[in-house]
Amino acid sequence: MITVCVSYMFNLVSLFDLISNLLLNVWMNIGLPVILFELIKKFVVAGVMFGLLSVTVMFLIWLERRICARFQSRVGPNRVGFQGFLQPVADAIKLLAKENIVPQDADRLVHFLAPPIVFTAAFTAYLCMPFGPGLIALDINLGILYIFSITTLGVMGILLAGWGSNNKYSLLGGMRSVAQIVSYEIPLILSVLGVVMLTNTLKITEIVDAQKSFFDWFIFRQPLAFIIYLIAGTAELNRTPFDIPEAESELTGGYHTEYSGIRFSMFFLAEFTNMFMVSAIATSIFLGGWHGFGFLPPYVWFFVKCFAVVFLLIWFRWTFPRMRFDQLMDLGWKALTPLAFVNIFLTGIMIFIK
Amino acid sequence: MKEDSAQDFITEEYLLNMGPQHPATHGVLRLVLRMDGENILDLVPDLGYLHRGFEKIAENRTYKQFLPFTDRLDYLAGMFNNHVYCLAVEKLLKITVPPRAEYIRVLVSELNRIASHLVWFGPFAMDLGAITPFLYAFREREMIIDLLESVSGQRLTYSYFRIGGVAQDLPDDFIVQAKAFCEYFKPKVDEYDTLLSKNIIFIKRTKNIGVLPKELAIDYGCSGPVLRGSGVAYDVRKNEPYSVYKDLSFDIPVGTIGDSLDRYNVRIEEMRQSVRIIEQVLEKLPGGEIMAAVPKVVKPAPGEAYARIEAPRGDFGFFIVSDGSDKPYRLKIRAPSFSNLSVLPELVKGLKISDVLAVFGSIDIVLGDVDR
Repeated sequence: MITVCVSYMFNLVSLFDLISNLLLNVWMNIGLPVILFELIKKFVVAGVMFGLLSVTVMFLIWLERRICARFQSRVGPNRVGFQGFLQPVADAIKLLAKENIVPQDADRLVHFLAPPIVFTAAFTAYLCMPFGPGLIALDINLGILYIFSITTLGVMGILLAGWGSNNKYSLLGGMRSVAQIVSYEIPLILSVLGVVMLTNTLKITEIVDAQKSFFDWFIFRQPLAFIIYLIAGTAELNRTPFDIPEAESELTGGYHTEYSGIRFSMFFLAEFTNMFMVSAIATSIFLGGWHGFGFLPPYVWFFVKCFAVVFLLIWFRWTFPRMRFDQLMDLGWKALTPLAFVNIFLTGIMIFIK
Repeated sequence: MKEDSAQDFITEEYLLNMGPQHPATHGVLRLVLRMDGENILDLVPDLGYLHRGFEKIAENRTYKQFLPFTDRLDYLAGMFNNHVYCLAVEKLLKITVPPRAEYIRVLVSELNRIASHLVWFGPFAMDLGAITPFLYAFREREMIIDLLESVSGQRLTYSYFRIGGVAQDLPDDFIVQAKAFCEYFKPKVDEYDTLLSKNIIFIKRTKNIGVLPKELAIDYGCSGPVLRGSGVAYDVRKNEPYSVYKDLSFDIPVGTIGDSLDRYNVRIEEMRQSVRIIEQVLEKLPGGEIMAAVPKVVKPAPGEAYARIEAPRGDFGFFIVSDGSDKPYRLKIRAPSFSNLSVLPELVKGLKISDVLAVFGSIDIVLGDVDR
């Protein structure tokens, strides 16, 4: 019995199949059409993934607050629930109860649309993210491309938020954000391109499968690309040292200055979801994805690696000061983009020699 | 066709209102910025949100009654405000303060200077986006505040000085604890260096930003670290020694070109020098009285007196005119923050909006001091 349980723990896909087949049998006995079952199944999977992600993000918020508290010789939230685990829940409830303030003379429709766009873009990106072997909602050929394009869509929401708020600080924040994300998207994708050249595929599951043993991880074969990815990824997240669009001391919060209540929490959640996404991509593409060193189920390895990258991002944030806007642009266009091209060039030569 | 499209793309200048409620203006200062995109064309500071009319209040209070008001001027450096006021009144009364009181005054002043610089250091880092140094600075400041509390009973508005001395003697274990603090604090300054001063992003943000030439600094009447950052080695403690500063050895750190980084480095070095002064004072502290013989009712002979000291923010002066009654006829405060702030519009022209904070933070003003 225990061995069966353990084997299912290691292979969640067969467990899900088992449950799904059981339910399908019941469904067929009642005499309902199979196609409806498949439809409902898709919704349930989406719901489960959304729930899982929300919990992960909540955990992430807690983790960030606790870690930064340690960095700053504080204790951090430790009152709500065990060690403050439920603090993000309490915060979310508080935000839900707050009033949704729409500024006077704001573009109401734009102001209303912005948070859902950012939020949706952040969450739908996970569609193509493999958490373990077979644990992927939609394994399409253009997985990486899909993720990058969807996450970039979020920038539109940010621009709308900046424009619709009718606030100069928000507008400045929104403009900065667009300029920043668009410029850093280029080195970000170029850095991943080296890996794509080596694996000949854009499908994330295949890239992960190319890194079965420890020394096959692309961080060893593409170290420059990993560094470029990490820097550009941090910039994509608008986190310190690249948190220029928010820049609380300059722009009092940037594009989400005029948002409150649930709409603000959408921005907030999207930010942390994106943060986990960047770590998840780094894990899948450079750190071997779910391939671990045995004794733990693959999806646990995946999360362990993700949180290692997350820790790095948190470390960045609470150590560095913020860069200036033009310096950021210089770094993106004059350093990272050429370096990414050099990396592609070198990779090409390597492939040619082989 | 081409000309048309160029005309369609018209850019506009706009006014950006920073403050009085803004996370970076450190108090209730309002800055009106005329901007072209991210670039600053012009900046006008709008003062007076914290004006409490202290100079007029002084005319309606006796000399002793006015002392607690001075704490509220530069509220981060209450000891200095007390000190300069007491010096001015003592000059009028021609009183000599006993040596022990003088040493205690210098001791608590220098502790207060470190505390005040720490409150500058943390928010300055925070303006530049680094949040952690803020908490580090306040961790150390807490220890100083505790020390000063044990001396004066207050944590911010001390009112510890008296005309002719200080309110009470040091507590028994003060010297031990102050020594322990010095030992604790010295490596902490080095920690700030590793955390912030040597960070490449920090240096890029502050180097050659807001350059204040020597002549301009003198023309605007800047003083303190702002003036010294521009390379003028002027410090009231050295140039016109008051209290017991001429018996103590310490260096005056100066900058070279007067950018934000120079002003930053000057303040960091000043903290080290203050520790040096404190250690010397703790060694030399003489015994004896802590109060001179001061009449119950202070009624100076008609005349006038001007006293000045080196406060954390610069040259701090009190000018008192006495008409022989128990109240000042006129009292004028020379606030360092006010002169230092006046140079800000010159410094930020042509910079980016992010640089305003790097410059503004490095000038380090306290609104209580500016508006009085």
